Amino acid sequence: MALPQRKTDIGPPHYKQFLPPIIQKNYGKWKYHEVLSHGVMVHVGDSGDKLWTVRVASPRLLSTTTIREHCDVAEKFCGGFFRYTTRNNVEFLVSDEKQLEPLKKDLTARGFKMGGIGAAITNVVHTQGWVHCHSACTDASGLVKSMMDELMDYFESKTLPNKLRLAVACCVNMCGAVHCSDIAVVAVHTKVPTIAHENFKNMCELPTVIGSCPTRAISPDPANKSIKINADKCMYCGNCFTVCPPISIKDPERDGVAILVGGKINSLRSNPKFSKLVIPFISNEPPRWPKAVAAIKHIVEVYAANARKHERVGEWIERIGWERFFSLTGIDFTFQCIDDFTFMRDTMRTSSTFKW
Amino acid sequence: MKKYDTPLIDELEKGPWPSFVTEMKKAAKNNEMANDAVGHLEKCYRTKVGYWKHGGIVGVLGYGGGVIGRYSELGDEFPGVAHFHTVRLNQPSGFFYTSAALKEICDIWDKYGSGLTNVHGSTGDLVLLGTKTDALETIFAEYSSRGWDLGSSGSALRTPSCCVGPGRCEWTNYDTLDLNYALTQEFQDEIHRPMFSYKFKIKMSGCACDCVASIARADMSIIGTWKGHIEVNQDEVKNYAKNGMDINAEIVNMCPTQCISYDGKDLKINNAECSRCMHCISKMTKALKATGERGATICIGSKAPIVVGSLLSWVIVPFIKVEPPYTELKDLIRKIWEWWDDNAKPRERIGEVIEMKGMRSFLEGIGQAPIPQQIKEPRKDPFMFYTEEDMAAFKAKEAEEKKTGKYKF
Repeated sequence: MALPQRKTDIGPPHYKQFLPPIIQKNYGKWKYHEVLSHGVMVHVGDSGDKLWTVRVASPRLLSTTTIREHCDVAEKFCGGFFRYTTRNNVEFLVSDEKQLEPLKKDLTARGFKMGGIGAAITNVVHTQGWVHCHSACTDASGLVKSMMDELMDYFESKTLPNKLRLAVACCVNMCGAVHCSDIAVVAVHTKVPTIAHENFKNMCELPTVIGSCPTRAISPDPANKSIKINADKCMYCGNCFTVCPPISIKDPERDGVAILVGGKINSLRSNPKFSKLVIPFISNEPPRWPKAVAAIKHIVEVYAANARKHERVGEWIERIGWERFFSLTGIDFTFQCIDDFTFMRDTMRTSSTFKW
Repeated sequence: MKKYDTPLIDELEKGPWPSFVTEMKKAAKNNEMANDAVGHLEKCYRTKVGYWKHGGIVGVLGYGGGVIGRYSELGDEFPGVAHFHTVRLNQPSGFFYTSAALKEICDIWDKYGSGLTNVHGSTGDLVLLGTKTDALETIFAEYSSRGWDLGSSGSALRTPSCCVGPGRCEWTNYDTLDLNYALTQEFQDEIHRPMFSYKFKIKMSGCACDCVASIARADMSIIGTWKGHIEVNQDEVKNYAKNGMDINAEIVNMCPTQCISYDGKDLKINNAECSRCMHCISKMTKALKATGERGATICIGSKAPIVVGSLLSWVIVPFIKVEPPYTELKDLIRKIWEWWDDNAKPRERIGEVIEMKGMRSFLEGIGQAPIPQQIKEPRKDPFMFYTEEDMAAFKAKEAEEKKTGKYKF
């Protein structure tokens, strides 16, 4: 069969054709919304029209079989209209209240999990991991699955002081930009890379490799027609490996994860913040990463027990102080928590005011 | 089809959260590539390392991006993933779909690919995971003839993305869905043919809630804001109080500028001192509403840690009107790229170049004046540049003061 004629530079289809009639009618004229449960919210237009949204968890990595199931549910209850969220949830859009309970019943029967709206833990922003990435030092999907199994109550029903955003990056490239999350897991290497010198001259560009190093640890090695890495300067970021395949940095026993807390991206109450390092290393323990999961759950629980209503993790920590965060959580404070890279000047304390 | 024994990843089919392993196995039922991806992943779990090689250069004719080459080191052991390229499809604004459209996307992907997807990838594209080099042109013809174009990859304008905006949100200050569509269409060449020093991301949020995290992960963040007052519906304020909200603790005391007061009956806002953070509006959405002039703040430069540390986007234009045909914004984007192009080394994001060359060089390059909304605080050290023009201006001001007898600081 002949192929259809290809077209270039057409861009995406116009979004209007995918908006359900109630959105077309109330476009830009929404009055307010109410969160009815972690799984359901309702938006009300100036017109009085109501649009119910039912949010459902997704593992982000989806088979076409499951996407078709989403389609079937949408056809049955939503006139075929639905959407996905920036955090990879599915949202079914219902304009007829009579369809709401049957939709929820159908989703439950199919095993879909509703939740994530409001002061809850919603889906986890994460990267590809071992499933599909060359620079992964852990598997993001496996970590996410393991932690969300443990935190499921906070997705479905339990309420927190405010929303809590989790993220997992499987290397410091952080292609999901997880660095402004309430709790971020970042996989790290901990060893100086090795170099297959015999391949360097054929596969790598010397200035690019030297330029790729944020700590200037790389210098030319003319004798080998290759490079040298200064072990006293290397922080194992792996950027040289990204630009030069003969450099090798993966190590099954020395790769692991670090945990950072207190980031946020919105400007509500306080400015957006980066997440900050609190646990520098936990070994990779596939398939379930029990220690990393326990650490995350512990931080969530200490936050839930101590923060004031509407405080995000970072705001709570700023109010109580970092020494109190470490004493409340019992996390060991280590040299890795003191910045010796780009933010040192901004992050050291310059007063004698603290708590004991 | 080979049956793999997968005791480790089988553990990840247990528990209440939806399982990506179950998804991979669903795809593996009728697909050799997905089946080998399952076996391949089990091996990663057993050995605790990944086996994907660095991407190779693959793509479709006339484009420089949109397909990411992916090959396994273990191609002999798992031939189905020897080539396992990613195809990025440009998502529609706001991730809205109809079932008919998505089913068509699935049909084509089942025919030529692994049946595995990410809905969606981090940047926003609809990501199709795993196909072979010789299928790429066919896949592109099938999708593009049905109205779906590829997304972006490499040193290009990455697929722009936006929040749900006027589609389903009362807080948006501009039409994020339309701006996203308009910019994506305007810059098709920059999206498909990498011509920059490195990647450039644009993300659009309708308000300071920033649901697409533009402030943290977009070289250009376009965040909705307004200049007018917050309108208060006192009846709804009473309803919030009646329904158990402690307005003093939850709203008044949490206002960062302390511009709200509440006497147990009426809520008052000193609008002149409000910094438009969205806390009160988001917690009392039935009672409070932004009014007046709408637009957006333009921030620049955010990125993840590679190479020299993470950045949040910096304010360059505190307020700009955002109305079709968006000429002012498009011109600004072109000026930003021109300055970046003139000043960047390979693999330098714009935030890093601004750090190297100085914000002044950048602001002058794009024709923006300095104003206090751009900074948290002024410089602390007295090391600074004075150009001949600066000194002439200072001297001229002083000469003027001598004439008028009045100081102007």
